[in-house]
Amino acid sequence: MSLSLPQTGLPNSSAAPRWRIQARHFSGLSRFASPLVLLVIWEVASRTGLLPAHIIAAPTSIVSTFADMVASGELPRHLWVSLARVAKGLALSITLGTVLALVAGLSRKGELIVDAPLQMLRTLPFLALVPLFILWFGIGEAPKLALITFGTIFPVYLNLYSGIRSIDSKLIEAGISLGLSRSELITHVILPGALPSFLVGLRYALGIGWLSLVVVEQINATEGIGYLVGSARDFMRTDIIVVCLLVYSLLGLLTDALVRLIERHALAWRPSFLRS
Amino acid sequence: MTTTPDFIVPANTITPANQPDTLQPQLAVSARNVVRQFGQRKVLDGLNLDIKAGEFVALLGRSGCGKTTLLRSLVGIDQVSSGTLTMAPQRAAVFQEPRLMLWKRAWRNVALGVRKPNLKQLALDALAEVGLSERAEAWPATLSGGEAQRVALARALVREPQLLLLDEPFAALDALTRIRMHQLILALWQKHKPAVLLVTHDVDEALLLADRILVLADGKVAAEIPNTAARPRHADDPALQRKRRELLGLLGVEEAAPFVASSAEASQPITAHTPPERVAA
Repeated sequence: MSLSLPQTGLPNSSAAPRWRIQARHFSGLSRFASPLVLLVIWEVASRTGLLPAHIIAAPTSIVSTFADMVASGELPRHLWVSLARVAKGLALSITLGTVLALVAGLSRKGELIVDAPLQMLRTLPFLALVPLFILWFGIGEAPKLALITFGTIFPVYLNLYSGIRSIDSKLIEAGISLGLSRSELITHVILPGALPSFLVGLRYALGIGWLSLVVVEQINATEGIGYLVGSARDFMRTDIIVVCLLVYSLLGLLTDALVRLIERHALAWRPSFLRS
Repeated sequence: MTTTPDFIVPANTITPANQPDTLQPQLAVSARNVVRQFGQRKVLDGLNLDIKAGEFVALLGRSGCGKTTLLRSLVGIDQVSSGTLTMAPQRAAVFQEPRLMLWKRAWRNVALGVRKPNLKQLALDALAEVGLSERAEAWPATLSGGEAQRVALARALVREPQLLLLDEPFAALDALTRIRMHQLILALWQKHKPAVLLVTHDVDEALLLADRILVLADGKVAAEIPNTAARPRHADDPALQRKRRELLGLLGVEEAAPFVASSAEASQPITAHTPPERVAA
């Protein structure tokens, strides 16, 4: 809690401490009061039939559906499929994006060849490519992975490329003077130096990965969170839809925590981490 | 306007001119008629230079006289346009900034690029030589300026260089740390006997450390001053003071009369005197 006093020159300076005490009160359990009240109203409305289940299920039934889906193994199974899809798509985009960023970042010729087309493709709304990708890759697993890869490659490429370009050229010279080979320069100097930028890109890429999941798993899928939402819609199971929405948002939160964990370990050398 | 990227990794930094096998064994550097041109501008223009094995040479010169260009060629990160530049194959450099890889712990920085067995022990030994054993596992960002520069020195030492290139390595350090670094560099030089080329702006530093002082001007060696006084040397030695005046003259610095605080002056606040013992060249 850090509410600084506003420097507005209030005539009555004794008002400020009182304000601070109030703010401290707010930060406690009272912060959750309003959402709790809303939940109770929601529950009551559902029970009395004011909110029919085909519009939205009651909070308690959502919780019990969630518990059932976890206990039966249904949710974990679909979640696992979705996670695997994003992981495969990201693995592809990270590999490709890293290679492209190195090509563009390390040579002028490479920059001319790689950077301009990528900058143009970047502006495409990639979800609009779904029809084209279905024609190209069919309706199996391939268009799904292709779309996730296409969506996530840009943040990886752009951030890593700018990270590579912003490495101090003096460090490269030092590396050369130490007798490093080209590949050693890349692994010991260039990529670690660009890692902070890469991780920013990774964070974006993961977000886009979950986003593309929502769309790609509606393409003739039989498994995955997106499929689960689609079939729940067909059966008007609003409880399952809400459970899946909650899973999406949890995935977002987990992703952030994951990247932060990676940062804490991989960037332990940074002054900002060393101070904390 | 052509925007050149800030760096491009050169595929091969060995020029035809620096084949090490043509170097006489008693020489660490041999430069004959070396020219380095950037467009029409000749930064090095017919430079001749020999550095004997184990010799400590200081290179002085005004900004833009080609000092850094020469050093970069010797390090192997720049090429000469014409002439012959031969140097000992085992070289190492310490620059004005430590240039440590922030993402590698101190000892890993020292070991970087060394292709020998028992790497860690070698790195730790080198760190011990510069008095930094206890900082071996430290991240570079936690080192002080002097410590970081000593790690850079250990990183050069571990390569057992026949030619140690120092590009104003003490310029960014505070005065006390600089004095300690001078002593350290002399001790290490006397122990390992590499040839040293020290590029510096500091006339006193050159006088205290080097066997021979070269003044570079217009891309050539304009003057050469032997400096064989016994070590340890002191800046207030009259012989060194004479050489100092001579060098400052060569560098085109008009020396003010030595500042002597009389009793009347001493009570006045000193405002804008250039300290006579630190004249930037």
